[in-house]
Amino acid sequence: MGDSVPAPDKPTIPITVDFSGGLEMLFSNQKRHSLTIPATDSNEKPATIAFLIDHLCKNLMTDPRSEMFVLDKHIRPGILVLINDADWELEGEEAYELQPKDNILFVSTLHGG
Amino acid sequence: MAPSLCAICKTERALIKRPKNHAKLCKTCFITIFEDEVHHTITSSKLFYPGEKVAIGASGGKDSTVLASVLKTLNERHNYGLDLVLLSIDEGIKGYRDDSLETVKRNAVQYEMPLKVVGYDELYGWTMDQVVETIGKKGNCTYCGVFRRQALDRGAKMLDIKHVVTGHNADDVAETILMNLLRGDLSRLSRSTSIVTGDSKSDVKRSKPLKYAYEKEIVLYAHHKKLDYFSTECIYSPEAFRGSARSLIKQLERVRPSAILDIVRSGEDMARLVPGESSSTCGGTCKEKKTTAPVAVEDDIGGCGSTNSRAPGGEMAAMEKQLRENEASEGLEVDITKTVSQRKDGATDNQKALPLRNANKNSKPITRQVLGNCKRCGYMSSQDICQACMLLEGLNKNRPQIQI
Ligand SMILES: [Zn+2]
Ligand SMILES: [Zn+2]
Repeated sequence: MGDSVPAPDKPTIPITVDFSGGLEMLFSNQKRHSLTIPATDSNEKPATIAFLIDHLCKNLMTDPRSEMFVLDKHIRPGILVLINDADWELEGEEAYELQPKDNILFVSTLHGG
Repeated sequence: MAPSLCAICKTERALIKRPKNHAKLCKTCFITIFEDEVHHTITSSKLFYPGEKVAIGASGGKDSTVLASVLKTLNERHNYGLDLVLLSIDEGIKGYRDDSLETVKRNAVQYEMPLKVVGYDELYGWTMDQVVETIGKKGNCTYCGVFRRQALDRGAKMLDIKHVVTGHNADDVAETILMNLLRGDLSRLSRSTSIVTGDSKSDVKRSKPLKYAYEKEIVLYAHHKKLDYFSTECIYSPEAFRGSARSLIKQLERVRPSAILDIVRSGEDMARLVPGESSSTCGGTCKEKKTTAPVAVEDDIGGCGSTNSRAPGGEMAAMEKQLRENEASEGLEVDITKTVSQRKDGATDNQKALPLRNANKNSKPITRQVLGNCKRCGYMSSQDICQACMLLEGLNKNRPQIQI
């Protein structure tokens, strides 16, 4: 597993991240990942979904085709993001601040029907 | 952010924001309204009759799995009296269909429907692996797409079923409309908006009950109902979904979610302006009703990747080429009825000529095609020999001599 280990003195949050609809192919063909991510970004701001997406690209993605997941540093249109089963549009999208035990699901609508 | 409550039941937490109207709904209310809307599409278009035997084109993917699940639910809830069968196509790509066919087999058990799997080898004498062996990987999506379009109909015929439903959704329809708009092909555009294809001449009727359903909602429906579906991409076109009209649709949706249904409705409105073509419209709102115009199955959405085809990326170029070739032959084979004919108000020729770009040699006048049947296989076609038979002829000439 490509899960990163944050520096020991930094606070972290445990979350689970799920990939489906074909996106799991980019992440070691594994649907569910239990992760421990830094609680804050490099500017000491709380970790958000935007931070998580960047974190996943840098630390968890095993396939070079990152454009299947992000385009212009944002999630690729056609990929749905669910935060604890709720559409991320209801939760503030990229600005949503991650909470311990959150479940984030990325599901692609782009693969074969 | 404080969780919002469902706009319908006002008690449960909203989990879904609907693309078409931004309504925030809970899981239960979303599932109900999704099913109600498909029911509305089915009844307002009079898609089925009681006792009808209907084959569901099943790929194991999200769209056809949702279609099977919803049809089973509605058939029982509203007593459609349908005899539902799952029909799957095996293209003969080693390894590619294994998982999806396993999914379809599980679906058959879950939905208590009989399953029929038909292979390209049975239908055409060629598996896709053999096609690729013969012609290489370039352009094979054209073969796969053309073969697939007929495969469901031929498979249905084998089962003595006269109606095939497919999981084409609003995004698929919008994509096809957009591509035909970009090519300036109003005739094909208008046909692609129709919910039903096939007519009395063809043995098998085709329809798309999910025509007004957003792909996003289909995926959410599958997720919240925990449906068992499979996602894959065709191994012969791994780059398939890049730089396509599909991406454009998804970007538009991101900016303005209602864009997808707006494109579908615009397509229907434009279809009504094309003489000789009309399409059933409801758009989920029933602003008006029209009779359903059956159209050629050959012109239906085609492509690669699943029963629900895509026409993406590198494939678009191949498709362009194919379409250009078709157009070249269409001119010769199709009985053209000039549509710029006498207008009731007695408009002069000058006035009539204006809106059509007939001056341009490359643009065809908007015409109605008269459909016939393929002289080889009998499949409904606007040409003497259908696309599949043309491709097969080429393939059979090139069949390796050293076959045992
Ligand atoms: Zn509700
Ligand atoms: Zn034929």
